[in-house]
Amino acid sequence: MSQIPADLRYAATHEWARLENDGIVTVGITDHAQEALGDVVYVELPEIGRVLQAGEQAGVVESVKAASDIYAPVGGEVVAVNGALVDSPELINSEPYGSWFYQLRPTDSAELDKLLDAAGYEQVASA
Amino acid sequence: MGERTPLYDLHLALGAKMIDFSGWEMPLHYGSQVEEHHQVRRECGVFDVSHLCVVDVTGAQAQAFLRRLLANDVARLDAPGSALYSVVLNEQGGIVDDLLVYLTVDGYRLVSNAATRQRLASWLRQQAASFAVQLRERSDLAILAVQGPDARARLSAQVTIARAALIKELKPFQGLEENGWFIARTGYTGEDGLEVMLPASDAADFFNDLVGAGIAPIGLGARDTLRLEAGLGLYGQDMDESVSPLVSNLAWSVAWTPGRDFIGRAALEAERDLGVARKLVGLVLEERGVLRAHQAVRVEGIGEGEITSGSFAPTVGKSIALARLPMAAGERAEVEIRGKWHPVRVVNPPFVRHGRILI
Repeated sequence: MSQIPADLRYAATHEWARLENDGIVTVGITDHAQEALGDVVYVELPEIGRVLQAGEQAGVVESVKAASDIYAPVGGEVVAVNGALVDSPELINSEPYGSWFYQLRPTDSAELDKLLDAAGYEQVASA
Repeated sequence: MGERTPLYDLHLALGAKMIDFSGWEMPLHYGSQVEEHHQVRRECGVFDVSHLCVVDVTGAQAQAFLRRLLANDVARLDAPGSALYSVVLNEQGGIVDDLLVYLTVDGYRLVSNAATRQRLASWLRQQAASFAVQLRERSDLAILAVQGPDARARLSAQVTIARAALIKELKPFQGLEENGWFIARTGYTGEDGLEVMLPASDAADFFNDLVGAGIAPIGLGARDTLRLEAGLGLYGQDMDESVSPLVSNLAWSVAWTPGRDFIGRAALEAERDLGVARKLVGLVLEERGVLRAHQAVRVEGIGEGEITSGSFAPTVGKSIALARLPMAAGERAEVEIRGKWHPVRVVNPPFVRHGRILI
């Protein structure tokens, strides 16, 4: 059974989002997503400064098996990306909730409330 | 529900992630496909390949039949135990299937793809009609492939003395039977190793013994990256009925023995006389990214082509591919990944052989 931390919010497209104390939102992919992908070998991160709409494609994650898009769970401006993943994409498999992809300054933090909670995501992941 | 091998329950017990492969429920990996790949290159591992199709050909005209059916020439097999690779062609020179053929004491044994089982069966029946031959599909057998530099030593420790003696004697590409088990020094990984065809009823215990002795189970995911690094084509991906062996890096397997009228020969000769237009080559992506089947390839000033198989290659540490390009293509090309063109190096496969990176 995959891990679904209770303190995060989730998109049905298998991203997790965490609201930080300074109002920034950190985004990664879930344990369920990394498990389904298998060994991750490549990531493409969004450019810093890019403004994303909620649900817009923000990057790509590729495993040995397949390529998969990463979407923005909420809209906002990209303020940081996790460059360590470019050199060590396998971190996404070993620590999916430590391996964040990028951080957004949300356009409207109320959008975060529209995301799934852990129980809601568990239903999506087990469907 | 798909077809299952005799090892299905064991795969589940070992935690395999199962996938559908040509109608078979097969293990993709048992945790990490990349780790399994390294395991085979560095030590050894065991694959369940019982989905492969085994057909025994016997009868007075078995040789004549196979000399007509196969593009390679079974007359080259001089003693029981010897084997060769061949493609099966249609009249247009397109590849119906690819297989290994072993000369046995009673006749021949063909080992071909799971995906083409029905197609090959009907093709064999159709072509066999005018020959005095018997065909017997051996769905009573399971097949385990033990592959890697340590495979022969590790497997020998788990079999009878007589079988261990046979394993010691076998030369590459030889296969012989010992008390109901057919053991061949063949494989699909670019490493030394063995393929064991044994009664399905013996398979689960034997697989369990091997895993118990520390030989790691390996899924079809690693099998695919291993064969890609070894430069070995996969039927349905790198070749099919729309292409000939001459454009599939398989011209070496066509035996042009004078006077031998094999199916597809006239078409291949016509293609050869006209000038073979394309070739199957290797590609290496020097930057980050992953090459995938069906991505477009362009060669400046020459033309376009397509990737037939591509993946991240764990031993090489880069992404590699097989691609069909215009014959005139040189050492450089470009591949389109998500709308952007990336430079690649064009190489001759294999990429890796016996653990060594060759490109």
